[in-house]
Order: sequence, then C-alpha cells, then structure tokens
Amino acid sequence: MARKLPKVDVVIVGVGWGGGIIASELTKQGLTVVGLERGKERKTEDYFMVHDELRYALRYEMMQDLSKETITFRSNTNVRALPMRSYGSFLMGTGLGGAGVHWNGHTFRFLPYDFEIRSKTIERYGEKKIPEGMTLQDWGITYDELEPYFDKFEQMAGISGAENPLGGKRSKPYPTPPMKMTPSMKLFEEAAKKLNLHPYPLPSANLSEAYTNPDGISRAACQYCGFCERFGCEYGAKADPVVTVIPVAKKTGKFEIRTHSHVRRILHTGNKATGVLYTDVTTGEEIEQPADIVVLTSYVFNNARLLLLSKLGRPYDPNTGKGVIGKNYCYQVMRGGATGFFEDREFNNYAGAGALGMVLDDYNGDNFDHSNLNFLHGANISVSQYGQRPIANNTVPEGTPSWGKEFKAASLKYANRTINVGAQGASLPFRHHFLDLDPTYKDVFGDPLMRITFDFEEQDRQLAAFMSEKCGEIAREMGASKVEVRGKLGPYDITPYQSTHNTGGVIMGASPETSAVNNYLQMWDVENVFVVGASAFAHNSGYNPTGTMGALSYRAAEGILKYHKSGGILV
Amino acid sequence: MAESNNKYEQPVSRRHFLKNTGLVLGGLVVGGVAGSLLRRPEAPQQPGAAPAPAADYNQALMYFSPEQFKVVEAACERIFPEDELGPGAKALGAAYFIDHQLAGDWGFNAREYMQGPFYPGEATQGYQGRLKRREIFDIGIQELNNYSQSTYGKRFYEITPEQQDAVLKAFETDEVKLTAVSASAFFKMLRASTIEGIYADPLYGGNKNMDGWRLKNFPGNQMTYTQVIEQDKFVKMEPLSLRDHQH
Repeated sequence: MARKLPKVDVVIVGVGWGGGIIASELTKQGLTVVGLERGKERKTEDYFMVHDELRYALRYEMMQDLSKETITFRSNTNVRALPMRSYGSFLMGTGLGGAGVHWNGHTFRFLPYDFEIRSKTIERYGEKKIPEGMTLQDWGITYDELEPYFDKFEQMAGISGAENPLGGKRSKPYPTPPMKMTPSMKLFEEAAKKLNLHPYPLPSANLSEAYTNPDGISRAACQYCGFCERFGCEYGAKADPVVTVIPVAKKTGKFEIRTHSHVRRILHTGNKATGVLYTDVTTGEEIEQPADIVVLTSYVFNNARLLLLSKLGRPYDPNTGKGVIGKNYCYQVMRGGATGFFEDREFNNYAGAGALGMVLDDYNGDNFDHSNLNFLHGANISVSQYGQRPIANNTVPEGTPSWGKEFKAASLKYANRTINVGAQGASLPFRHHFLDLDPTYKDVFGDPLMRITFDFEEQDRQLAAFMSEKCGEIAREMGASKVEVRGKLGPYDITPYQSTHNTGGVIMGASPETSAVNNYLQMWDVENVFVVGASAFAHNSGYNPTGTMGALSYRAAEGILKYHKSGGILV
Repeated sequence: MAESNNKYEQPVSRRHFLKNTGLVLGGLVVGGVAGSLLRRPEAPQQPGAAPAPAADYNQALMYFSPEQFKVVEAACERIFPEDELGPGAKALGAAYFIDHQLAGDWGFNAREYMQGPFYPGEATQGYQGRLKRREIFDIGIQELNNYSQSTYGKRFYEITPEQQDAVLKAFETDEVKLTAVSASAFFKMLRASTIEGIYADPLYGGNKNMDGWRLKNFPGNQMTYTQVIEQDKFVKMEPLSLRDHQH
C-alpha cells in the first residue's frame, strides 16, 4: 500500500518550463502546489565544468537515462517497433528545469496562420489542397487571443530581439535589444535583402544585456561562450526555469519541489482525478499525493504516456481516426539547407550563443503562395552562430574521404570557413502518425514504453527540396566560394540528431471530438486535469516550439486559477 | 608552454572580465559559478623553475591489453595521421582516450536501453544488438589482427601504413564479414572515438597538451567571447582547458 500524504491544491508532474510557469503563477495567487520531478535538483553552480563537449554534447549529461526508460519507434504499423537504445534523433531532458535547461533559447511566436491552419488553408486554396490522410486542425484559439501570453513569456524570460516583419502583431516590443551581430549574420542579412527577403535577428533567450524581469528576477548578459545547447548556462544568462520562474514560486513559501519523484499514475474516480501515485526512486517507496487539480507538465511523450497508463481520456485509434490521446504526433523537417565554404575567409566560429543568428520567414507558414506547390506550410530559414565545437565540427566538402590524411587536412582547413544556412521545416499531422503504448518493451518499473509511429511523407520531401534550393540561393548570395545544397529527405531515421521538437499527442482544439484539451489545456473528459506542453500542438510549425509552449503555459495557468475558483469546463 | 603563451594575447583575466561585463549587477556579483570565480589571481610562475619532465603516472591502460592497445593506436593513427600539419592521433593520445572510455559507463552502455527482446531492425531504428561497446571493440580488434594475418602474414600494427589503410578500408566497406556486429559499425565507432580522443578536453586522456585544439585554432574553455564575437578578423588565441578553469 502506498503511503498517503495530505491533500494539496495542485500537484504538478514534471518541473520544467511548463511546471515552473504554472507553479509561479499559482503560488503567487496563494495556491499550495507540489511539484514532482523525477530527475535531480539543478542549479547554476552545477555548470562550473560545463565547457566539456564530450560530457555534455556527446555523452548526454543532461539527458534522461535511457537504461531506465526510452521510447520505441517504427515507421508504420506493418513494422515491429524497436527501442531507441541510444540517443540520436532527439534528446529528452531530465532534472529540475527539464529540457528548458539544455535548450538553445530560440524563442519564436507561431504565426497567426498556424492557429487557424485548416480554415485559412481552405479559405485560400480550397479543401482539396489538404492531402488525403493529413489531419490538419485549427487549434481552438487564435493568435490574437494568445498574444498577451506570448508577451508574458517574453517579458519573464527577457527575450532579446527585434520585430519580425512578417510575424503576427505585437502589443509590446521585445524586453531587451537583439544580440550582437557577427560577420556571418551580416552576410546573411545583406544577401537576404538583396534577394528582397525580410531578415530579422533571431529572438533569443540568451539575454543581450543584464535584465530584471517583472517578477524581480535579475540575470546577467550572455558571454557568447559557445556552449549552450545540451549544456546548462554557467552564468544564468540563458533563460531557464531554474533561474526564472522556479525561484519566484519558491519565494512564496507555497511551492514544494520533490525531486527523484517519478509519477507513475494519475489516480481518478468517476471522471475526476484525485491525485497521483509516484515512486521515490531513492528508496523505492510508493507514495500517493492527493490534490484537487492535477497538472501534467512533463515532456510530450510522458504527458501522453501517463494518460494512457492511467486510462484517462480516449486513446487514439488510427484505423477509425477516433479517440484523441496519442493523436497528431508531429516533429520537424530539418533536412532543408545548404553549406557555404569560404576559401578566402575565416570566421570566429568557435564563439557563439545558442540563440544567435539572423532568420527570415518569407518561406514560412503561408507567407508565400502555395498554389503551385505540392506542400503546405514552410520553414524558418536562418544562419546561426552557436559556437562550433571541435568533436562535432568536421564539415568537409563532398567527396572528401571521412578519414586519413585528406580528411585531416580538409577538416582543419574548413573548421572556421563554413557557414550553414538552415531551414527548420513545419511538420504536419497525418492520420497514421501517432503515439501509443508499446506491447513488448517496458521501463524500469515494468510499465510499457511509449511507441512512436512516424515517417516523413511526400509533403515533407517537397518542403525539404524547396527549402534547400532557397537556402542555396542565399548561401551563394553570401559569397561562398562553394555551396553544397543538401540532398533529398529520406525516410525518418531515428539515429542522426535532428531536433528535440517532438509535438502533439494531447492536442488542443475547439471540440472534444477531435481534441484532448480545450484552449486552457484542460482535459475535455476530466475537468480537473490540465495537460501543459508542446503535447498540445495540433501540428508543429516551422519554428522552435518553446515560445508558443510558454505562452500556452501562461494561458493554462490562468485557466487553472479560474477552475480553482469556479470549477467546470472553462470553454 | 609558457613560451608559446607569449605568442598570443593573454586571455582576459576572470576578475577583469567579471568587472567589465553584465555579471556585476548594481555592485552585487551574481551568485553561483560567477561568484566563486572571484578569487585572488595566481602568482606568476618563476622563470626557469620548471622541473625536468617526469614520467606521466596518470597515463596507463584501464581496459585494453597491451596487444589490443597497439592495434588501436595504429588504427587511430591511420584515421588521423601525423603529417606536416601537426600531430596525429597517436601523439595526441587518442588510443588512451578510447581505452579509458571503454573502462567506464560508455563502454558498458550504462545509460542506454539494453533490455531484450532483441530483434534485427530496420536501419532507421538504430543499433539493436546485445553487445556492449567494449565487446564490439574486443571483436573488432581481434578481427583487425586476423584479417592482417590472413592477408599479409603479420599483425595489424606490424604491416605498412598503406597495408593498414587497405585493412581499414575493407572494414569500412564491410568487405570483411564479422558475426554479431558489422565490420563497418565497428569502424564507424573506431573513427568517431578517435575524433573524440583528438578533441575532447585533455582531462579524458587524449588531446595531449591541447594540441588537438591548436590544429583547429579552437580556444577550448574560454569564459567569454564578447570581445571577439563581432570581429571581422579571425582571432587566434591560446587554448585553455578545464584544468585551467579549476586552478
């Protein structure tokens, strides 16, 4: 029998961006909140030795221990799903702050088009434009409705940027000015302007100058040290939950964080949750935490998995298209791009920041005419200067052997002579892309792993090919001596790293028939459960997800406060 | 070392750097790592005080047998050979790096999902074998020697560099057939870990004296690039290691 603890107002499962935002907003209003985090405590002092490419980038110091839990993957239902035994395609975070600690800090707002994608696509091109099997849906909220929450996230995190000329309307400018301009960013800006495109500085959570946010939290400016994505920030400059929202929640005295606490089930009777059951992984003890409201704020996979394991909500069935938990799993199309080799110029590529770059949205969303194209949506195109680290940075021209004297010479020569123009493509939902429980493989507790059924489609191949050409044009205009445009998009392969932008599975929408949560991220079927995260995305845009995920978290916090007061379904 | 330092600009001292950046907010130093860095600068080394180089007692084998080590060291050197551009994998200690890595978590696949059932999967599903990395290396090294013996009548580290290249090529292209793991999968792992051994922080046993970083003009572990980031000209600086950070 599990040990039962006294009831609290709210229990949060996972303390990353979602959990931290919910905790800070709720405790400020006097609610008592317990945050259960299965990983360990994290703090800025942990990163004294962080400039260690091997430990953090290659050995995944910040990531979930796959020996305890992973996911399984298959390209379609005719293939046996097999476990992702080691990391590749995406990296699942763990510990206090979650993936919000090891992120790069790219903080975009999805486009107005995204939130009404089905309606707007039909309006402009007719319903036939949506290919067979594509389960494109509106999100049940508009950009204008979400705008105040975007602003709230940006003010809290101190986002550094300048207005996107092709983005949605803003109520306020970014709270801090753009990051510094590097020579490669200038080249990109000039080239894009010559091509009549609309470049703007990548909105960055790295912080261009010292900043005090509306909660009174002060952070120092980015030092461009070049160790950002996959690393924690030794300066607390990069906005992460541990240096922003969590201390605000803690200061109220109303927030209790329990690390090493692995939530295994949401407990429920009738159509209401009563709390959660978790295991203290340091002792193995099972503990029940009753609560009036349960908020799932873990990563995409675990949000969906906990609902399925707890038998909450209606599981998605790809054969009938009915059910919602596990539906519309999407990813990101990263294959579009081009590499420019500069024979006569060296760049300080070793320096950089996670979110330092120039971007443009001329080929993103529906900012360009798709009438004669065989794909929908698009990609954000960018040049970023992350800081090239030497183990990973071995770009050599095509045809160079991958080892030996020639490889050595080329990898040394081009270490600081290449610039990558990349496209981050949207990933749209299909009826046969989904999440469910694996019938064979189990985690360390004996619970089924999450199973991903996903592949790239013609939509994605067309998108990648189109974007590669556009990236190539820009790279040539930038004056590269040689430009290599990336090849065709093959099948989805779980082994090379692509992006940790997994989305969907517990999607939001206007109707319980087609979505799991409403636009406060409240479950249609279980009114006192809120599911917060990119799991709510009905598709993934041509952007990094955190800005939109953060906005939705603030929206959900408002919903939870409303629900705490008056109960009932909020929409 | 001390001499070559003078060729480059001295890196910004931590104290100076902290004072001149946003890290000091309204007279208060931001806590955490930055705060703990505000220590007294070290006394400069006395010229001529350097002792004669002694044996490096920190360098010995943790996993490989001496025979295995010779094979790996020779193979690494072909992957990244010494030439007019500078040292190769052998001089940089890449084989020691690999030995040390195999002795620990990585060699045991400790943080990876190694539970059954095991099925051969599609290539897009990734590695599905039951062998751990140290076992793959054991097999691969043995087979490098076997193939060299059967082709050239000598062990891998006894044949000529050209012959070694031919052997490695045969592994890379799966011309060599192994059981339990493919020759190309072993080669890929050997290549990747050689690169790691050249460029990982010296604390792991490779990248000797940070000379791997110098090949690429990579400055290692620097606290800040705020003075560099906007510059049009390439800024070359003497690298710093994590050891420098600690002392």
